[in-house]
Order: sequence, then C-alpha cells, then structure tokens
Amino acid sequence: MTDAERFAVQLRSDLKVFVRNPAALFFTAILPVIFLTLFVSIFGNHTAGGEFGDIKVSTLQVPAFIALAVVSASFVGLTMGLVSLREDGILKRVRGTPAPPWIVFAGRIGTAFVSATIVTAILCAIGAVFFGVTLPTSTLPGLLLTLFVGAASFCALGIAYTRLVGSEDAGPAMTNAVVLPLYFVSGVFVPVSELPDGLQTFAGVFPVKPFVDALTVAFDPRTAGAGIAGGDLLVLAAWGVAGMLLAMRFFIWTPRQQAG
Amino acid sequence: MPADPAAANAIEIDGLRKSYGDDEAVRDLSLHVRRGEIFAFLGPNGAGKTTTVEILEGFRSRDAGEVRVLGVDPADGNRAWRARIGIVLQEGRAHPLLTPRETLELWSAYYPHPKPVDETIALVGLEEKADERVARLSGGQRRRLDVGLALIGDPDLIFLDEPTTGFDPAARRAAWVVIAGLRELGKTVFLTTHYLDEAQALADRVAIIKAGAIVAEGAPDSLVAGSAVSEISFVPPAGVALGELPGGPAIEFAGGLARLQTELPTRMLAELCGWAAERGIELERLQVARPTLEDVYLDLVEAGTASDEAAADASEAAA
Repeated sequence: MTDAERFAVQLRSDLKVFVRNPAALFFTAILPVIFLTLFVSIFGNHTAGGEFGDIKVSTLQVPAFIALAVVSASFVGLTMGLVSLREDGILKRVRGTPAPPWIVFAGRIGTAFVSATIVTAILCAIGAVFFGVTLPTSTLPGLLLTLFVGAASFCALGIAYTRLVGSEDAGPAMTNAVVLPLYFVSGVFVPVSELPDGLQTFAGVFPVKPFVDALTVAFDPRTAGAGIAGGDLLVLAAWGVAGMLLAMRFFIWTPRQQAG
Repeated sequence: MPADPAAANAIEIDGLRKSYGDDEAVRDLSLHVRRGEIFAFLGPNGAGKTTTVEILEGFRSRDAGEVRVLGVDPADGNRAWRARIGIVLQEGRAHPLLTPRETLELWSAYYPHPKPVDETIALVGLEEKADERVARLSGGQRRRLDVGLALIGDPDLIFLDEPTTGFDPAARRAAWVVIAGLRELGKTVFLTTHYLDEAQALADRVAIIKAGAIVAEGAPDSLVAGSAVSEISFVPPAGVALGELPGGPAIEFAGGLARLQTELPTRMLAELCGWAAERGIELERLQVARPTLEDVYLDLVEAGTASDEAAADASEAAA
C-alpha cells in the first residue's frame, strides 16, 4: 500500500467520524444554513446600501456564512478532533505504528476541505434559489483560491491551537472564545461598516475579517477580473504560515491530562 | 551462546538509566528478553516500569545505557522497525465513533504486511461486537480491541502494558488464552502486569523491578523454588495450647489458623500427623502451601523499605 492509498483510507475513516459526530455536523453543516435563512428572513433581503449600493443583503450574507462554515470545519474541527485524539491516547498509538505522522493531519485537513466545500455549495444553492444571490462566475478563481487559502490557514491555526486546549471538555469553550468575538467584529453577523473605526482596524489584524472580505469581493457582482483579493489573502496566508510554524514547534502527541 | 546475540534476543538492555530532574526513575537496569518467549515485567507503581517500557517502545529518551529492540536502538526506530512491533498502551482508547472492524481496517492501512482484519477479530474474540461502535463496548471488549490493534500489523514483538487491568475473572482468563496463543504464533511478548497470578500463568520468565533496578529475574518456578520455605496451616484443635503442638515455639496464630513455616515440610507434617493420630484428633483444614510468585514478589518488594514504597506511591499519585 502506498502512502497515497493510506491517505485515502485515513480520509474515509475521518469522514465517517465527522458524519457520526452530531456536534461537528451541526456546527459545520447545519448552523450556517440556519443562520443564512434566519438572517435573510429576519432582516429582509433589501438592498444593502452604503458602500454596497443596490447589492442585496443576501449576496453579502452568503460569503459571510461560508466564512463561518469554513472556520468551523477547519479551525474548530481540527482543534476539537485532534484534542480528542490526543487525550484518548490515539495520537500516541499512531506514533507507535509505522504510519507517517502527517497522515493524522492529512486525514483531518482533507475532512475539513470536503465538508467546507459541500457546505459552501449548499449555501450558494440556497442563496441562488431562494434569495436571488448572483453566484460568482468570472470571479470563480478568486472564490476557489480564497476558500483554499482560508481553509488551509485555519487548519494550520487549529492544529497549533490544540497546544492550548488541555482537555476535550475545554474544547468548545476554548474555540468559541476565539471565533465568536471574531465573527462579530469581522462582518459575519453585523456589517463591518456599522462598527467603530478602531474595532474595524482591530479586526483587520486577525484572520477572519480578511477571509470574509476576500469572499465578499468574489461575490460582489461589481468586481471586475478574477476576484482575487491579494492583500486579504496575504494576511490570511501569513496567519496560516504562523500557525504552521507554531504547530511544528509546539504540537504534542501524548495526552496532556496524563502528564509524565 | 549463539554467534549473533541479537538473533536470539528480542530485547537487550544494558545499564539503562533515566532521571526526571532529581528523581532517578531507572538506575542501571539490565535485562534481556529471548525471542519467542513471554516475558513479564513486574513491580510496584512508581518503580520505573512504564519509563522502561516507553524507552523500549521509542516513546521516551534515555540518559545512559545500551538498548536494542529487535536489534535496533529504539531512539533510531524507523518505519520498518515500527512495523515489527505492536503496542498496547496502558491508557489507550480506540475511537468511540468507529466500530472495531472499521478501526482495524484503518490500522491495517498503517502497516506494510497486515494480518487480515477478520482473522484479527477472531483472534481476540470480538466477532459478535465487530460492527458495534466502540462507545458501546464493555471495558473488556475495548481492551480486546486494543490487543487486536497491536496484532493487526503481524508484529514479531508485542508490548502489553497491563492488558487485563479492570477485567472480571472470566474476561481475564479469556485474555490469557489470547496471550498464550501468541507464543504458539512464535511472537515475543513483553508483558507488564500487576497480577502475579497472570505472570505465573503466562510468563516463561519474569523480572521484578524495584526503585528503578531489577531485584529478581528468572522463570516463575525458579523464583518460587529459590524460596525454600513452605507453610503448614490448620485449625488449632480445641483445648490444646499452641505450645503443646509439635514444633510449638515456631507456630504462629493468624487468621483463625495455626501457621508453621518450615524448610522440612515432610518431616514436620509427619510429626504433626503422628501427634494428632495418637490423640485421635482431626486437624481441620490441614494444608501445606508452597509460596506463590506473589509471596516471593511481596517479600522482595516490601523488603525493608516500606517508606520507599510509600514515597513511590506518593510520587505516583502526584504525577
């Protein structure tokens, strides 16, 4: 069996674990769909106004909730998944086999990519069918590149973040403590234009806002060209590289609760 | 002595040392495990068992000493070496959302020459639970899956760290059958256990570690034979003072029984029975017992240093 075939087996197994985990399935796949439907129903599908002129609100909400779904699948999914594998001693066991250590990450990252892609497709479909959202065509390269850079970066950050999470039970609180405030200041729930200037600048330092902004550029019907938001993607990628370096330096394979 | 010792020995340890700060967990430990034998590694908590095993498994570094596992230094163990060993960790869990069959299928992809999954399931007796989620298995069934995961790669050497802890007696007997079966397959087994009867039932040889060093090593029977003393016990006959019995001064009274330690059990028994027969007395619950491995173990481990052990227990509890 080649390492590529090994990866295929690992991915299939990790996808099985994903669909059998109600919490992961709900937060990654179902919640973004509920949010999109609720937000557009509650706040109306009128024109956005301001810098977005006559663009429909739903056209801005779809990329916002795609961002939420991708962050759930990658950052939250990797952190929770790897912490539970680590605390159950499964990571340590895998280190005791001849399997290459990267296979553990590859399976989880693959799962994040697959689930993020499916949820993105569902959100696009709901937006187009029910809310008249114009889907990216000429800006499709920008959308795909942004999804890739975003998912990869948030996966790397998720792997790094496991070092700070001491137990499986601490996982939901520890991840939400980071992502929920960032969703609020990054334009996922509230348009960024309604936030104070200082808060906008603050949010721009973190990776969620550049991700939402880059996705919004790809969905904005006025965007000319391929829809690649270079500056935003650079900030995102820088976070991803930082996450990867921290993960390579600080990731641990043995349960933290069983010290020694 | 064969020309290539590595060919005869699965594990060789010479002068192993490991400290955590000021705490010397393993001090100058030497032992070897022959190919194809079941070797039991015994010792109280905090004696250095887990540290030693994890060095052998390549999970921990060492401070000094030579270590060879299947001829390879575990510190340099590569994928080919890992493929030849199987490990059951003390604290291992399989993924609760997968079934034993799915878990074994995933694990078999990790190894270059795995055993068939169905064969492994049968080997550990999990046929009826193969398609239940791990979350719904009992502790004993999960432990059997752990053993299955250590066997799926068809390894030459298997480390079993307390494989039957928490089992009910029937499950332990079932596990013993599986472990004894590994010997038939020509595997080498390195077993750590708290249960002395388990070591006595399974092991070809045992080593007892205390405070980081080996205090006894050999076949269980030879360790027991090294202790010459047998114990004769019986219910003291009513109306007879212990001092009036043959061997009087040596008799102790404990647990409702008169107990007599002797190196000459045949002669002592003859005297005692003669004395009783003369008087028409039946010595109830009369018994001659050879010491078990447990007695030898407790003698060695408790010898002198009760305070040491208390300290070891305390540090274990703190860890």
